[in-house]
Amino acid sequence: MTGRAFRIAGGGHIDRSRTVRFRFDGKEHSGHPGDTLASALLAAGVRLVGRSFKYHRPRGIYSAGPEEPNALVEIGTGARRTPNTRMTTAEIHDGLVAESQNRWPSLRFDAMAATSVAARLLPAGFYYKTFMWPASFWEKVYEPMIRRAAGLGRAATEPDPDHYEAAHAHCDVLVVGAGAAGLAAARAAGEAGARVLLAEQDFLLGGGLLLEPAHEAWRGETLAAIIALPNVTVMPRTTVFGYYDHNMLGALERVTDHLATAPDHVPRQRSWTIRAREVVLATGADERLVAFPDNDRPGVMLAGAARAYVARFGVVPGRRVVLFTNNDAAYATADTLLAAGADSATIVDFRPFGTAAAAARARGIEVLPGSEVIGVDGGTSLYAVQVRRRGTWGSTQVPADLLCVSGGYSPAVHLASQARTPLAWDARIAAFVPGEAARQRSAGGARGVFGIGAAAHDGAAAGRAAAIATGCRVGSEFVLPGRNGDADPTVMPCWEIAAPGKAFVDLQNDVTAADIRLARQEGYEHIEHAKRYTTHTMATDQGKIGGLVGAAVLAEARGLPVEQVGIPTYRPYVTPVTWGAVAAHHVGKAFAPIRRTMLHDWHVRNGADFMEAGLWLRPGFYPQKGESPWDSVLREARAVRRAVGICDVSTLGKIDVQGKDAGVFLDRLYMNTFSTLAIGKARYGIMLREDGMVFDDGTTTRLAEDHFFVTTTTANAARVMEHMDLYAQTVWPDLDVQYCSVTDQWASMSIAGPKARSTVARAVAGLDLSNEGLPFMGVADATVAGCPVRVFRISFSGELAYEIATPAGYALAVWEAVLAAGRADGIVPYGVEALGLLRIEKGHVAGSELNGHTTARDLGLDRMAKKRGDFVGRVLAERPGLVDPGRPTFVGIRSVDPKRQVRQGAHLVEPGSFKSLGWVSSVTRSVELGDAWIGLALLTDGKARIGSRLVAAFPLKDEAVEVEIVSPHFIDPENARVRA
Amino acid sequence: MHLIDCPWCGPRDEAEFAYRGDATVTRPAPDAGIDAFYDYVFTRANPRGWHVEWWHHAAGCRQHVKVVRHTMTHAIAATGRATDILEVPAA
Repeated sequence: MTGRAFRIAGGGHIDRSRTVRFRFDGKEHSGHPGDTLASALLAAGVRLVGRSFKYHRPRGIYSAGPEEPNALVEIGTGARRTPNTRMTTAEIHDGLVAESQNRWPSLRFDAMAATSVAARLLPAGFYYKTFMWPASFWEKVYEPMIRRAAGLGRAATEPDPDHYEAAHAHCDVLVVGAGAAGLAAARAAGEAGARVLLAEQDFLLGGGLLLEPAHEAWRGETLAAIIALPNVTVMPRTTVFGYYDHNMLGALERVTDHLATAPDHVPRQRSWTIRAREVVLATGADERLVAFPDNDRPGVMLAGAARAYVARFGVVPGRRVVLFTNNDAAYATADTLLAAGADSATIVDFRPFGTAAAAARARGIEVLPGSEVIGVDGGTSLYAVQVRRRGTWGSTQVPADLLCVSGGYSPAVHLASQARTPLAWDARIAAFVPGEAARQRSAGGARGVFGIGAAAHDGAAAGRAAAIATGCRVGSEFVLPGRNGDADPTVMPCWEIAAPGKAFVDLQNDVTAADIRLARQEGYEHIEHAKRYTTHTMATDQGKIGGLVGAAVLAEARGLPVEQVGIPTYRPYVTPVTWGAVAAHHVGKAFAPIRRTMLHDWHVRNGADFMEAGLWLRPGFYPQKGESPWDSVLREARAVRRAVGICDVSTLGKIDVQGKDAGVFLDRLYMNTFSTLAIGKARYGIMLREDGMVFDDGTTTRLAEDHFFVTTTTANAARVMEHMDLYAQTVWPDLDVQYCSVTDQWASMSIAGPKARSTVARAVAGLDLSNEGLPFMGVADATVAGCPVRVFRISFSGELAYEIATPAGYALAVWEAVLAAGRADGIVPYGVEALGLLRIEKGHVAGSELNGHTTARDLGLDRMAKKRGDFVGRVLAERPGLVDPGRPTFVGIRSVDPKRQVRQGAHLVEPGSFKSLGWVSSVTRSVELGDAWIGLALLTDGKARIGSRLVAAFPLKDEAVEVEIVSPHFIDPENARVRA
Repeated sequence: MHLIDCPWCGPRDEAEFAYRGDATVTRPAPDAGIDAFYDYVFTRANPRGWHVEWWHHAAGCRQHVKVVRHTMTHAIAATGRATDILEVPAA
């Protein structure tokens, strides 16, 4: 440190009139609005900012943008601590708190680095070979050790206090990137009349223009012209992270991350889903590193980044500069640094002496042509660079506190690559450029057209072409920067300098050139294999600055040109995306919609304990004071068996089916016949899938010759509708049938129990409830308390029962009228748990039995199949495997010790055997059998085993309960009660 | 995300649709036998290229839209109603 300020007096895009204070590793620093955390720390003289992932090597700031592999920090505290944040894009604000990562006990002295423990633990491919044995060591020893040794920041452990938003945008032309090309494209497309979105990840628009005082006037004028266009929307701080099918792109807008305090109503970030008719990718290019030993040391920086720190942020990142380059463009960095007050600059040019070198010498800059950097001297900071004349031995030490590196520029083809745009090799710049693609074009640096003037011209042409492709007419001409100042972008490929030491190709994942060769030697020679074996390019930066270098090292080892080896496929996200933004508002209560029945508020008022059934909230039971859940369930079920109960069954799916062919349609969808059903009658039906398995069940009522009312299970309501859509539209489009879901239009309640008739008779007007007037499975219209109702005499509980359906708005009036009418009979509301208990006692199947693996034959329901005529699933239900008599069939079980609980999911085995003979599908305590545990099961040779004993084994809880196999119909097998 | 041109609703996001598979298979006659139904339900060509398939506009008009889609590029060559016969590009 010289004691001189690193911040220069003027120039750049920071506001020196204001000061921003922040903390890094506990120490207070200050910067200016316009600074990133990286630029402010460089201005404060901080060079060491982190430790590397595997080897805990000291690391500094390598770049000045989103491609940064090294300078990752935790920003924020407590619940807002965000790890792995790139210092090079993080704007500072008052009160910002940042901490370096992956160091212990301190950044300057790191125990892991000192002992090189990590280096021995983690060779390339370590997770494939090092820790395979003994297996028990993995969880207890290796994994905790690796987790401590390797890692990037710590995630917050508390719930995220921020909220996020998802938003959609549509446009004619999406321009990604607001450098010279992007600005020109947006203006050209906008002035042609297209609806344009211009997204820029940076908080300032201009890209490379921000480093060019000579073009500042053009930047200002172009921005003003763009902002004045009402059809152009500019989105700063918005990273387009993914390019998906059919020109859908994803973007992340950072709304409040840069603010010291954010208003509560504003989301922290917004995730955008953008549909664009045309896309212009003006994403620029990423400068490449060169793999020479210790190329990761603090003080080594990309040449363009060093120039950006001077030109944009007014910070001189070093006084004694060495510039290592293989191209002319990087020479500007030396000039910029010298103009900003650097003491010396030495250019190490990989190429033979040429015109750029001659011109630099003429300006008084020392140039070492035909030379290369073979290493650096320094630990946590740099003091010298080792330079060697190419093709010779030995090296010279050049004192330096900053080594600027330029291996050339690779167009940022990530988005184009995600969109499957073919990539072509451009030998002039030794990089891949995007080829032709539909509804998408790259412009400027993103396709290897470098230099402000050239990029702006290219962008304007792309913007115009995109607008024309959307049907616009060519807009006005506007002034573009000249091409004269552009440097020649030609490079002499320079990937790796052969010299002893760790030469990194992937800084973030600590992958060296030697690792790549090891992968190849061990057989992983395809780029995609080498990538996975070494983790090259698999870090959050996706190898933006070293990806191609690693590929070139592999290519050299294989004796192939790099363009034949290629680069691994790029995948979303281009830069990391906050998970909260992906989830947006779909968290907590908004994770999924909640469906409530029309009687929900009554259930709440009456103390219901709710359970979720799909999206529905249903009353599970209604506990009274001092009752346990089972007390409540047994009391409710007992009331149904002995007196009368009422249950809200509005959640059942209801479908109104009409049309001349409605009966035929239902005949073909159900294994039963409905076309012969009498008007005013209901019938229980079973629906199969085409593969022969049971799909759903429910009752269907015929209301008129061409009018049916179908009910489905709660869980399958939507799926049955889809099933109907498929068959009505694609298989039998000739049938005259229309149908509509009316689940929400009707509320329904079941009134069940020996006293159900007494209750219903008092509630209903205009209906004869005798067995003659309304027999079992009969249906009739009536009124309750003046409200229209439809009364179905159907039963799920096995008791005498009526289901009263009413248009949803009348639900509460009807429910309360029935309750009042039933008071004399001792009516009790019962929930889903009691309903389940009752149906298990009766031996009715439900969701646990209709699980997609059972056939009608398995469940004893095959006798319902019609003898003649087509129906879905009929043919495949006869497959040999499905009619095998060895298949488990439907039985009942009861615990031999009535107090011992049997569990759903238990396997039925012979005592002492491990061979499963079947499984328990449903269990309950039974009111009919004195509170004993009973259940339903699917059991091999089920019928033959009735009367025998097996063990219901539940190894997860180490339980084995002796059970007796019985008929699944625990009550009233003759069905007398329902007909009473 | 696909953008599917529903013949009734216009271009709509894939999120509104449920994929319902191969639209080239035809449900066999009721007496065609187990093998024919087995093929209908289970046997698929799984082509790399153009494919005619059903997309159910479940969160829209609830119609099954017939879509000619390329399984490699996800390009959509044509969409139509369930009963339409759509032209499939040669390659």
